[in-house]
Amino acid sequence: MDAIQRELLEAVSGLHEIPVGAVNIRTNGKSEVRKSTEHILIENREEGDGIKVVIQPGTKKESVHMPVLLSQSGLEEVVCNDFYIGEDSDVTIIAGCGIHNGGDANSRHDGVHRFFVGKNARLKYVEKHYGSGDGAGERVMNPKTVIEIEEGGYMEMDTVQIKGVDSTVRTNEAVLQKGAKLVVMERLLTHGKQRAESHFNVTLQGEGSGANVISRSVARDTSTQIFISNLNGNAACSGHTECDAIIMGDAKIQAEPGLSANHPDAALIHEAAIGKIAGEQIIKLMTLGLTEEEAEEQIISGFLK
Amino acid sequence: MLELKNISFQVTGESDEKEILKDISFRLEDNKFVVITGPNGGGKSTLARIIAGIEHPVSGQILLNGEDITGLGVTQRARLGISYAFQQPVRFKGVTVLDLIRLAAGERLSVSGACQYLSEVGLCAKEYINREVNASLSGGEMKRIEIATVMARKAKISVFDEPEAGIDLWSFRNLIQVFEKMHEQIHGSILIISHQERILNIADEILVVADGKLVKRGAREEMLPTLMGTESAASFGCSEIEKRC
Repeated sequence: MDAIQRELLEAVSGLHEIPVGAVNIRTNGKSEVRKSTEHILIENREEGDGIKVVIQPGTKKESVHMPVLLSQSGLEEVVCNDFYIGEDSDVTIIAGCGIHNGGDANSRHDGVHRFFVGKNARLKYVEKHYGSGDGAGERVMNPKTVIEIEEGGYMEMDTVQIKGVDSTVRTNEAVLQKGAKLVVMERLLTHGKQRAESHFNVTLQGEGSGANVISRSVARDTSTQIFISNLNGNAACSGHTECDAIIMGDAKIQAEPGLSANHPDAALIHEAAIGKIAGEQIIKLMTLGLTEEEAEEQIISGFLK
Repeated sequence: MLELKNISFQVTGESDEKEILKDISFRLEDNKFVVITGPNGGGKSTLARIIAGIEHPVSGQILLNGEDITGLGVTQRARLGISYAFQQPVRFKGVTVLDLIRLAAGERLSVSGACQYLSEVGLCAKEYINREVNASLSGGEMKRIEIATVMARKAKISVFDEPEAGIDLWSFRNLIQVFEKMHEQIHGSILIISHQERILNIADEILVVADGKLVKRGAREEMLPTLMGTESAASFGCSEIEKRC
């Protein structure tokens, strides 16, 4: 692994070295490091590019790290990874994609992650997207996440994109069975001419299922953001979706939270707010000795924390 | 020492200009506890905002230890040792109480150091230290956190704009102790805008601002008898609470 790849690895996963536990590091289109453990099996999918991660039922407190690093300008790839989370397990999966593009050709990673969360299993899924390099070529990521949660299962998804990705369209689809829960926290910052689209489509299929989809974003300069979230309540269920955005400079933000109740006991709520940083917030921090710029940075970093 | 010389301030309305402050001059001596009182709408809060640098006077001068700070902004004045507590504290999504106290202290204060300030304003520190300073906090909690941030600044001049507003009876008693303690420990000057008799009672000096003018000033002993029973010295009793409800 070279210095650029190490920097990408640290940015997307906070790792300096190869971590303990199950791991798959994909570098420039190839699997560079792969390690399964006693309870977690990582292998190639039978068809197409990508891997299959199988977590045995009852696996507790184990983790899988699977960063994707692209440092070769002009590389475009589509990868499909499947995750089978066994019944009654409790695991964390840390994914992330870092693109360094120092050239003039576009670099692009389109990843499809499919999660099959078993009965009463708990999964925390963390993904971080990061771009670097000052070439004219764009850094493009189009992640798609497909989630199926069985009875009593729980999944928490924490997705972050703070810097350097020029264009992203992220699509998330989820179906929740009886008593299943899904919590999504998206944090996004766009700057320059970047464009980011997020689509969430969550179907609350089973009785007692629940979803909470939250997006906090900051759009700076002339960047554009689109957030579309749909909750479909097909049973007695509860759902909440929220988009809270700070708009700066000449940025544009579109938020479309949508609800469809197809059952009389579906309780669904949406909220969306877009606004500038309140002047009083900046003044308060200035009275503590911060400059206007420092105050703004502090407010944004707190908001996206 | 903070000195205001001939401060005037006006705002431009749709058809005319309205004078908010008219030729106000006074000195805030070192280590003094001064309360500004007077009827609502008389210009007291504007005066506090002018001292903090949030508003700028149309004429007059502000001197801090002899140095002219009239043209300085909020940040520069804060760094020179002027601290200001908002009448309506500002809420932030994502910024925690600990973040705010650390920013106020200007250093990476330990958690126990930050908790100390919360305890001083009567908040159970471990319940509040990691909470966000957002809409989940009540007006009274926000007010106490605001005071804790001003304490953490340890500034030579602390200005409080109606610190008692929105505070319940228990924390009001606590508030008086907080001011007394601050006065003892920091040896700085404290300027409070207040109508409350109990706060007027601990002042070294009382100024009355009405209709944009400084109409009276003097030591507490001579001023208090003339203010009792007026709007400038409300007692914080049941009748007052009922009025607020």
